[in-house]
Amino acid sequence: MAMKLPTLDAEASTGKDVHVHRVTDHSVEVVSDSGEGAQKCGQIFGSVSAKMGNGVWTVEIIPAEVEPPPRNPAGASGIRIRLGDREVTNWGDETNLVVAFNEQALLGRHELNALAHDATILVESMWATHPNPDVRAEWDAAMEVLSEKDYRIIQVPMEEQCLTVVDNPRKGKNMFALGMLCWIFDRDLEKAKDQIAYTFRKKKQEITDRNVELLQLGYAWAEANLDFRYDIPTMKDDVPKVVMNGNDAIALGAVAAGLELAAMYPITPATSVSHMLGEVFDNYGGVLHQAEDEIAAAGVAIGSSYAGKCAFTITSGPGLALKTEFLGLATMTEIPLVLVDVQRGGPSTGLPTKVEQSDLLAAIFGQPGDAPHVVLAPATIEECFTIMATARRIAESLRTVVMVLSDANLATGVAPFARPQLSEASYPAPPDQRPIPEGLRPYDWDPKTGLSRRFIPGQPGGEHTVTGLAHDERSKVAYDAASVQRSHDMRSRKIAAFQNTLLPPEINGDPEGGELLLVGWGSTKGAIEEAVERGRREGLSVSSTHLTFLSPLPPGLKEIFGRFKKVMTVEINYSDKPGDPFINEQNRRRGQLSWLLRASTLVDVDCWTRVLGEPLRPAKILQAIRENMPNGGAA
Amino acid sequence: MIAESCSLLTAAALEDDDRVFEMGDYQGPIARWCSGCGDHSVLTASQRLMTENQLKPETTVFVSGIGCSSRFPHYMKTYGFHGIHGRALPVATGVKLTRPDLDVFVVMGDGDCVSIGAGHWIHAIRYNLDMVALLLDNNIYGLTKKQTSPTTPQGYKSNTQPRGSYLPPMNPLETTLGVTNASFVAQTAEWVPAHLFATLKAAYEHRGFAFVRILQRCPHFTPDIYGEVVKDPDRIELLQHPEGIQAEGLDKIYTNQIRHDPADLHHARELAEDSSAIRLGLFFRDESRPRYEETRALPKYTARQKIDILNEEFERYAV
Repeated sequence: MAMKLPTLDAEASTGKDVHVHRVTDHSVEVVSDSGEGAQKCGQIFGSVSAKMGNGVWTVEIIPAEVEPPPRNPAGASGIRIRLGDREVTNWGDETNLVVAFNEQALLGRHELNALAHDATILVESMWATHPNPDVRAEWDAAMEVLSEKDYRIIQVPMEEQCLTVVDNPRKGKNMFALGMLCWIFDRDLEKAKDQIAYTFRKKKQEITDRNVELLQLGYAWAEANLDFRYDIPTMKDDVPKVVMNGNDAIALGAVAAGLELAAMYPITPATSVSHMLGEVFDNYGGVLHQAEDEIAAAGVAIGSSYAGKCAFTITSGPGLALKTEFLGLATMTEIPLVLVDVQRGGPSTGLPTKVEQSDLLAAIFGQPGDAPHVVLAPATIEECFTIMATARRIAESLRTVVMVLSDANLATGVAPFARPQLSEASYPAPPDQRPIPEGLRPYDWDPKTGLSRRFIPGQPGGEHTVTGLAHDERSKVAYDAASVQRSHDMRSRKIAAFQNTLLPPEINGDPEGGELLLVGWGSTKGAIEEAVERGRREGLSVSSTHLTFLSPLPPGLKEIFGRFKKVMTVEINYSDKPGDPFINEQNRRRGQLSWLLRASTLVDVDCWTRVLGEPLRPAKILQAIRENMPNGGAA
Repeated sequence: MIAESCSLLTAAALEDDDRVFEMGDYQGPIARWCSGCGDHSVLTASQRLMTENQLKPETTVFVSGIGCSSRFPHYMKTYGFHGIHGRALPVATGVKLTRPDLDVFVVMGDGDCVSIGAGHWIHAIRYNLDMVALLLDNNIYGLTKKQTSPTTPQGYKSNTQPRGSYLPPMNPLETTLGVTNASFVAQTAEWVPAHLFATLKAAYEHRGFAFVRILQRCPHFTPDIYGEVVKDPDRIELLQHPEGIQAEGLDKIYTNQIRHDPADLHHARELAEDSSAIRLGLFFRDESRPRYEETRALPKYTARQKIDILNEEFERYAV
């Protein structure tokens, strides 16, 4: 068998001749079977790195099952941490350094082309000499496959080392791995210890002590045995920062927005928003209501909003489908409602833990009957925080449904951002309980703006019944032609009036125009902008713009598109590729944003989309840029 | 906050207002139900209850779903929420969780509650929020013109089951009494106004989720189901107990009576299950059951306090 010898070479084991590689961008993965704590290891490593001043983006590698069979490539569980010498806005391309607790999880990552061709791999050595011959055979077979690439594979006796400290190494390897990473990247051990203490603060002190011991063990082992380290410059700025994932940011953003009731039903990947709320909402006088189903969750939120406090509901694609009828009701009755959809792959149950941006058109057009409302998408983890206040304000001032489309990429991605400055102004006033002046009606639409003042139960003189039936200004059921047309007009006009207040999106690259403009929305912003930056460094005339408002769309798009020879959306949803069987210009199914932009601007907006169950990689976008440059792309 | 203190002042000012409400103060436009529809009796009984208990129109909310009976809120001069089919209870839950100060009544038909909204019904019983839930049960879908409902008697013909309903009907009392944390279960009939009123009053005064099944005739589609019963009071059995429903003047007409202690859940289930008589009265009541809105009643903070707490929270994430 021709394979690289996966053993420690003599030079490495002396630890004397250590080569320090200076890097500006490096991706690390820790992969294991489920339940071995790889994610915790990576989270702590990411936090420590952020605290030291590196740009960081971490993303979890999550199998669909809670505990898939062990030593199985498809069950690989873990985390990727991308470090940079500047702000890191996305998960990057390929992994440079891997710590694998078994060779099968490693193989799973290899098979997904997640690893750089020259990646360095630290893999648990016990499987090579395992008493079970089947395991040894699996190891040999895996090594054969892995030898296709130029990986540098280093065997590490993690189990043997950990057994000197703990009885069950399954519960300790992660901290040993953390210790190794801390040595390799020269992390501040005190910061790592603090972070361990914080992570295990709810457990007994001896757990923290044991984990710190394992950390030091891994650090010492790496120091004695490894021959490489990475030096990645840190940034020093005085801006105080916080680091969290997008779902935590949504939860804390909701608190900061003064939202006081969240109604939800568990659904991946949205649920962790409610885990966070479950922990902290009580502290603010908020209520997290876990409803009996997705429909009820929407109903409870609408009932709460109706009673005077704008509420929100959290879901993912399948839940969005179930809530549809209630969303129509909120639109018809003009009750404010914020809905967060943390998108996953679809259709149907699809890919619960993996990212897609496939709910856009369902979010905008999914309600039977004409149901105009607002759809927003945060593009960064920081925006996950800030968008909740924006959403509440729009929902309340327009008496409308506001949908916030996050996705699994933002949900599980962890990155630092400037610590939010909180202000009392961002909190809503308590429900208005003043008497309603005589003559005022519950839908006194201003014909110019379509807006009307909301009556809240408790206000004397405002008694009326809201209804999902067609109704007039008095909220009386009205099927006559004039009332039907008028109420449709008014519900649409307030969205138009709102659209009139939006600003055109900014251009990343050259605002004057050029050859190619990429248009994105949601979590892909970081990857798109990084690809554009690399393309521009290559001399390509490429720019990008990113939409926060998807419905209504911001003004000025047609004019912006006119400055570029070609416009192309970049999205994580399905589109037919030109040249696919049967596909031509007319029947081609396109990326969801490109449908929308073509319809609203009559510009021939192309699309480049992928549905790989993973975030877009900047290098792949760059490749798409090169392939889609009109006239070869000279600037 | 200024706005907060303003609204508190307003609320306080209203506390000692000297308004006296009469029936007319609760009456909306003329109800557009068929003449002879049982919904009319329930509407009148509700307005009478409000008058007797001097409920404020502005702090009372009637929530309904879709169906004939769900037009109910439109005919009340209170706040009302005419929502979507089967989903009145989640809306009402949201209202009560957010505003425990409001009196909440939920009006549902048998299709609404027992069929499309059955899941919400089961869970609302368990949540035990302090509200009155009325099931206006005429054993048929009326608004959509005579389709079988879960409570349609076996063999009863409809447009969807023209050879007669295939299965025995669902018994809403049995179901309700089977749900953990049920706290008030009663049955009454629209053609016995005194009993209907007394039941609504007991339901309103109950602290918790008061479920009342109201037997109704649909003059259009099911006039015969209770036709004979209306004429023959002996087919009714009244549940009697000092802790039960106290309706005046029924003893002479409804001589068929059975003593039942509403604290006795097992006996209540036996009575609900037994189809030998149509029983009106309070099957079960237990005010000691936990109420969801109480368990979720949390201290209120000012914006400033919230900001301070949130800033503390950020420390956990500080870099």
